[in-house]
Amino acid sequence: MGAINRRQAFLLGGGFVALTVMPMAANAEPSNDAAELIKKFTDGKEAAKGKITLDLPEIAENGNTVPLALTVESPMTSDNYVKEVLFVADGNPNAGVATLMFTPMSGKAEASIRIRLAQTQNVIAIAKMSDGSLFTERKTVKVTIGGCGG
Amino acid sequence: MADKPRIKLPKEAKKGEIIQIKTLVSHLMESGQRKDAQGKPIPRKIVNKFACEFNGKPVFSCALEPAISANPYIQFDARIDEEGTFKFAWTDDDGSVVAAEEKIALKG
Repeated sequence: MGAINRRQAFLLGGGFVALTVMPMAANAEPSNDAAELIKKFTDGKEAAKGKITLDLPEIAENGNTVPLALTVESPMTSDNYVKEVLFVADGNPNAGVATLMFTPMSGKAEASIRIRLAQTQNVIAIAKMSDGSLFTERKTVKVTIGGCGG
Repeated sequence: MADKPRIKLPKEAKKGEIIQIKTLVSHLMESGQRKDAQGKPIPRKIVNKFACEFNGKPVFSCALEPAISANPYIQFDARIDEEGTFKFAWTDDDGSVVAAEEKIALKG
């Protein structure tokens, strides 16, 4: 009985660790220059959550080409529009992915690109509006390597 | 970048309509992270900039990093208020530029 209990406790413990470690890893400080790039882009200001919708697969079987679609809520008029959106990937050798520059002539703050992800990691988007306000969104993408499951 | 870039957009649009533009250019986008058979790093060579303008005014542009997939695909939108010409330009790390043009007319 005691042994089973220990085993159960171990299994439970293992499950607990697996469950808690993953979100922690996802929120951990980026290992590459992601934080630096973000700081440079935001000028050290805090970006609020919201306005951005990121469409990324939860699991990417091929990290070489991961479809990424962006939508930012904005009227895109000449006095209220999305100026720039920075994308960083915090688990790539270089965090920089792309910076998209919109104008009121874009009509919509929407774009799609295809990106490379070296491993399971966060993709972070930060939008800079014409009034200087900042919004951010992040999404974790599990990258399958060599088909053995992420 | 020998191939002609592929661009998809409607031939005509209503005034004020927002159209979708899809572009793709053939390019290896060598990330600078790979090594050759001798173990020497292969130097980075990517398309680092894309820009689209309409009748001389900027519509959309982007700075690209090695994290962009090979044969970069870029999709974005544009509001059409008048007929005119879109100009597209892809700038390579080596400084060469591939340019393309597409015309759009107003409906009705």
